[in-house]
Amino acid sequence: MRGLQKIRGPRFFLLFMMFFGLGYVALADSPATTLTADVVQENLDYTWTLIAAAMVFFMQAGFAMLEIGFTRVKNAGNAVMKNAMDFCVGMLVYSAVGYAFMFGTGGVIGSSNFFLDGLTGWDWTFFLFQAMFAATAATIMAGAIAERTKFSSYLVASIVLTAIIYPLYGHWVWATGGWLKNLGFTDFAGSAVVHSVGGWFALAGAIMVGPRIGKFVGKKASAIPGHNIPMAALGVFILFFGWFGFNSGSVTKGIAEIGPIAVNTCIAGSAGGVAAMFLSYYIFKKMDIGMTLNGILAGLVAVTAGCATMPTWAALLVGLIGGVLVVYSVLFFDKIGVDDAVGAVSVHGVNGTWGTIAAGIFFSGSMFDLHIIGVQILGSLVAFAMGFGGGLIVLYVIKKTMGLRVTREEELEGLDMAEHGSVAYPEFQPKSELSIILNEKK
Amino acid sequence: MKKIEAIIRPSVIHEIKEALVAENILGMTLTEVRGFGKQKGHTELFRGIEFQVEFVSKVKVEIIVSDEMLEKVVDIFLTKARTGKVGDGKIFIYPIDDVIRIRTGERGETAI
Repeated sequence: MRGLQKIRGPRFFLLFMMFFGLGYVALADSPATTLTADVVQENLDYTWTLIAAAMVFFMQAGFAMLEIGFTRVKNAGNAVMKNAMDFCVGMLVYSAVGYAFMFGTGGVIGSSNFFLDGLTGWDWTFFLFQAMFAATAATIMAGAIAERTKFSSYLVASIVLTAIIYPLYGHWVWATGGWLKNLGFTDFAGSAVVHSVGGWFALAGAIMVGPRIGKFVGKKASAIPGHNIPMAALGVFILFFGWFGFNSGSVTKGIAEIGPIAVNTCIAGSAGGVAAMFLSYYIFKKMDIGMTLNGILAGLVAVTAGCATMPTWAALLVGLIGGVLVVYSVLFFDKIGVDDAVGAVSVHGVNGTWGTIAAGIFFSGSMFDLHIIGVQILGSLVAFAMGFGGGLIVLYVIKKTMGLRVTREEELEGLDMAEHGSVAYPEFQPKSELSIILNEKK
Repeated sequence: MKKIEAIIRPSVIHEIKEALVAENILGMTLTEVRGFGKQKGHTELFRGIEFQVEFVSKVKVEIIVSDEMLEKVVDIFLTKARTGKVGDGKIFIYPIDDVIRIRTGERGETAI
């Protein structure tokens, strides 16, 4: 402080002018562009897209909180690791090869810009935005296969999805010259590319790894209650927030169009929540919190393909149907013996598909056009083949080589201790019978 | 009448409960406890440093039985709660002076 007091008055002014002058000199180094309207618009495009990319990134927190809240204490640390690392590893993999496969020049698959080589100007922003989408697809599986999957095996599966399966399908839908794109297939923000592929991959995972110990007693599904419902809700709110970046950001321009897209997104998510809540009351005589939360997400997923091309009343309808679908889908998968710990398959796979087809049904200017609907159905089937088929192959190979599932002892003890040698909440002891459910002898 | 206090592994409480209910033992009290006997704790890791957690999580089951049922119930614990590894737990048996049902005021064995 003494030193500062000494540089009062004229000295301080001189120092201030020096720094200001340096800054001015630095600015003067940049090329002297006249700020025309076009340049300002371009700058706005970059700005909005990057903000949207950051919002989509934040959805990783949403997925993490949702999974942790819907699963047990003994696996919370493992959930943190899966969600943190599928982003970190996925980011590196997508930078290295994923982006190149997806947006590089090429017919069936891209083959330029490996390791981000040759990116200029807009490419950087576009790449980052796309990387966040890839990370979203990669993390969908984490919830479905939670509480019994080997961490290393999960990462390997995630890598294959991010490096090959996701970029391949994405290339067909979003890259110039992609064959589905050429057929007129529309998936504005990724109901098919991100959610369907991710969701069906998750289904393959859930089937290959098998149900958690205690989830099924004979044919009947037992409840394995999540340990933190408020945390799960926080996850859903974060995802909802991120979705404004996910959908409106997909315009990749700072223009008026982002407004109606955001409205469609919001209406659909809200409608999904309402529909799921009322349906759960109708079926269970109680407004189920988990179903309602999943309903919100279902609506958001379902509107993602057509948010830019459907009128708002359609977004409402699509969201409502999404909320209904997710409830029945969760019950269906329980009925057929598939243990999806958080409802990821029902939210992303089923509603991703519904959303993709709905985008064809409610296409502004060509409503209920059978040709458009047909193409959408085709694209959905391809997404299923890539996600589910590709997933089955990848997970089968992993199962046969490094193993997919932890041992029975590890699963009962909890993955936090088994995989990471630590406990998520060291000062709290869980309710034993909820952390280890063994209703096998009924 | 006797009180059985059993300290057992959390992973076996479902089986124990099923077996007890099958023998018409329709009430019990469960407490989450921590402790150690011969079973030492375990090692955990936090940000690169290992530390010992000495108290192991167990479950305490408390049941009141008639004298005739005592050995049957002890037997259930000895079969269902035993894994053979250190840490299976212990059973303590106490004499009980009286049992009273609050709702009706019944005393003695009918109140069990």
